Amino acid sequence: MEQAIFEERRDQIHRKGEGPFELACNRDSLAGAVSQRACVFCGSRVVLYPIADALHLVHGPIGCAVYTWDIRGALSSGPELHRLSFSTDLQEKDVIFGGEKKLKAALLELIERHKPNAAFVYATCIVGIIGDDVGAVCRDVAQQTGIPVIPVQSEGFKGNKREGYAAACKAMFTLAGTGDTSGISPVSVNILGDFNLAGEIWIIREYFKRMGVEVVANITGDGRVADIKRCHGAALNVVQCSGATMELAQMMQEKFGTPFLRVSYLGIEDMADSLYAVADHFKDRDPGIVERTQALVREELSRLLPELHKYRQDLEGKKVAVYVGGAFKAFSLIKAFRHLGMKVVLVGSQTGTKEDYEELAAICDPGTVIVDDSNPLELSKFVKELDVDLFVGGVKERPIAHKLGVGFCDHNHERKEALEGFVGMLNFAKEVHASATSPIWRFVPRREAMAKARETRTAKRAAGGEGI
Amino acid sequence: MSDSPYVSTTNACKLCTPLGAALAFRGVEGAIPFLHGSQGCATYMRRYIISHFREPMDIASSALGEKQAVFGGGPNLKKGILNVMSKYGAKVVGVATTCLTETIGDDVPRLLAEFRKEFGDLPLPEIVNVSTPSYSGTHMEGWHAATAALASQLVREKVAAHRRVNLIPGFVSPADLRYFKEILADYGVAATVLPDISESMDRPALLDYEKLPAGGTPLADIRAMSGALGSIECGRAAHMAESAGDNLERRFGVKNHRVGIPVGIRETDAFFDALEALTGAPMPEKYASERGKLVDAYVDGHKYVAGKRAIVYGEEDMVITMVAFLAEIGVKPILAATGAKCRNFKQALADVVEGILPEPPEAREGVDFHDIAEQAADLAPDLLVGHSKGYRYAKDMGVPLVRVGFPIHDRFGGQRMLHVGYRGTQELFDRLVNTILERKQEDSAVGYGYL
Ligand code: SF4
Ligand code: SF4
Repeated sequence: MEQAIFEERRDQIHRKGEGPFELACNRDSLAGAVSQRACVFCGSRVVLYPIADALHLVHGPIGCAVYTWDIRGALSSGPELHRLSFSTDLQEKDVIFGGEKKLKAALLELIERHKPNAAFVYATCIVGIIGDDVGAVCRDVAQQTGIPVIPVQSEGFKGNKREGYAAACKAMFTLAGTGDTSGISPVSVNILGDFNLAGEIWIIREYFKRMGVEVVANITGDGRVADIKRCHGAALNVVQCSGATMELAQMMQEKFGTPFLRVSYLGIEDMADSLYAVADHFKDRDPGIVERTQALVREELSRLLPELHKYRQDLEGKKVAVYVGGAFKAFSLIKAFRHLGMKVVLVGSQTGTKEDYEELAAICDPGTVIVDDSNPLELSKFVKELDVDLFVGGVKERPIAHKLGVGFCDHNHERKEALEGFVGMLNFAKEVHASATSPIWRFVPRREAMAKARETRTAKRAAGGEGI
Repeated sequence: MSDSPYVSTTNACKLCTPLGAALAFRGVEGAIPFLHGSQGCATYMRRYIISHFREPMDIASSALGEKQAVFGGGPNLKKGILNVMSKYGAKVVGVATTCLTETIGDDVPRLLAEFRKEFGDLPLPEIVNVSTPSYSGTHMEGWHAATAALASQLVREKVAAHRRVNLIPGFVSPADLRYFKEILADYGVAATVLPDISESMDRPALLDYEKLPAGGTPLADIRAMSGALGSIECGRAAHMAESAGDNLERRFGVKNHRVGIPVGIRETDAFFDALEALTGAPMPEKYASERGKLVDAYVDGHKYVAGKRAIVYGEEDMVITMVAFLAEIGVKPILAATGAKCRNFKQALADVVEGILPEPPEAREGVDFHDIAEQAADLAPDLLVGHSKGYRYAKDMGVPLVRVGFPIHDRFGGQRMLHVGYRGTQELFDRLVNTILERKQEDSAVGYGYL
């Protein structure tokens, strides 16, 4: 069994309670290990993609653009330019002679056709190698068209998703501070790090509205260029999923003095705590806000808890594996599962940091396995060894779970169910329940064999008992 | 030549080259596909493939970082192969390059030769390599280049003549491949299908997670392709200088019979003719009966589909074969579009409609969905025929989409979809007629229960 783990990766796996906590992370993926990670470009694309009235042009050969065409469930209430996949589709002669001319022509053509409010140009691996001056082309086109044309330095090989997040933040930061901020309420926020998957940001905006908080910019779910331009006028940044947009919050604090709060909209406590933290921040400016927030939470919970209880009864005691992109989401999930009576026995992420993993280790139960940048062989080994009932992950993890006869809940950017907010917690419970309690698992050979083994054990025990 | 008037690409109607190569390598028993490049490419392709087949699809990567991109990826390539040897126990490693390693100029054959020398003391797997830069070609070039590489690198000597037939099927579904094998077995010959994803990409539920899925063409069978009765290679589109079948013919004198992908009566007849020529056996009664039933269905259904105008898009071979099928049932293909550039696309389209349509459908290559949609606005189609990615356009145009080929990302069971032979054509025809009936029923206020 042990051989599923690569020697070089031993220190990227930790079992809580076995020795002092130490986990190596933030390394390059191991060659040949079938990492579940994507690339820098993927990180940038995830973050910027939901800006719906911007043109997103992928500068490179076709694959990078075509594999990211409309794969995210980020919804828009208006324009849907983000759902188109634009590429310069570099050809051999461009690789030899350079792609700058093609990039410029493509930009001018697309800007003319779609009249976007800004354009993001993503540099992919080979652009970094052939040495196109993407910045110069962007400046040139910006001047010619009068809209911001922003290079995103997202060459895939320069790291993993985290570097991509940083590149995206840098790109957005060039917009912040360029718009008119008049008329913005002193009780106002920007929502950072929510991508409006399945309409989630609308749930959160609705809560803020009920609290009396104005939302200036969605960054980036259902995002608009004009809002991001004036986001420096907001009184506070609320930042979810710290990995993706934290850097923007930090840069804004430095330049505009905008304070920020770390929040999470997943699960019950985290959702409520997040709203309370925002209320607390504004209580001097708006004395009634705390009470309104309490009322909101009470009302939501009185609806949610009885419903949740129904699901909990069936789920109590089941074991869960969580493997997600960023570690931050894992915190909320561990807590959310406690509400369902379920126990997280394996938790990991593609790109967690040292601090993330320390925090994770602090909140998990003893015996929980923590992994960084894992792969199918390891994950399948742990699922079996830890006797997992449900796996939470993305498309690439789904077949691992299914092949082993384990339920699955999709919790990445492709999901089509809203899982944030109080109502999201209910959807989450429903989805977990639907998969974990399906009658089909008994037919999967591994589960069938396990059930048989259990039967024989009980039978033996019963027979033995009579003898005494 | 690209037929698009635009510089930019919007919603491409093609995928990138190594994806096809990775899938083809998955069709060899005990093989692991290995991309020499940065991590992201492999991960993206895995998720794209998994979403269609709903099967695990491990693609290893040499995971180059910035340093390796500057100083060369050789050490990562070697280390990566050692790692997949020890963890996956792979018997075959299929190494495909990516845009990155092609651009930095890594000489993979040389690196592999070094590798074999350095680690000659270990039990090494077979390592097949193929060059697959995406800036020249599409996933279909990748598929065919990998297939040709398997034949040219693994079939080394002439073996004694035997009664197997080499079937080089092109990129069709696992269900299609299983049916192909059934047909050949009924002719009394075993098939060496190269590559064979019939089992490896459509696995049963099992006791344990398979590191490498079972199925795929066994290495021994591949080696023995040089002594086969002959080869049948499907697909009319010309891809490379020398295809797998042509390579075996040149080197070992194994006669290659090139036919179209057998969808529709005429293309399937040609496939069976080739089989008869190879085996000397007549068509088994079972297939004569399937053919008869298909003709009967064509007759019963012809009026529902008569004169309907269809736009066909996707990879070149699938487009050509669908045009052949549509033309013979009385549907008018009005536009045949592909993202690929293919030197005989237009000729092949003309060939498959000859004698049926007064002129071939308009053919456009090197186009994207923006081009297709722009033209569709003037064409007033009644339906679209192609993969899932055309759905939004079908919706915008208010016409139904008949899903064929790859990827099927918005329906269940793409891997079990049968297209080929009389039986596959029957399923396709039923689906097409029903799609049209369903639309008619939905659009009608009367609520007919009879159609
Ligand atoms: S770099 Fe090339 S191989 Fe990689 S995803 Fe892009 S097009 Fe495909
Ligand atoms: S690793 Fe590079 S080439 Fe591959 S998908 Fe990412 S940016 Fe594109």
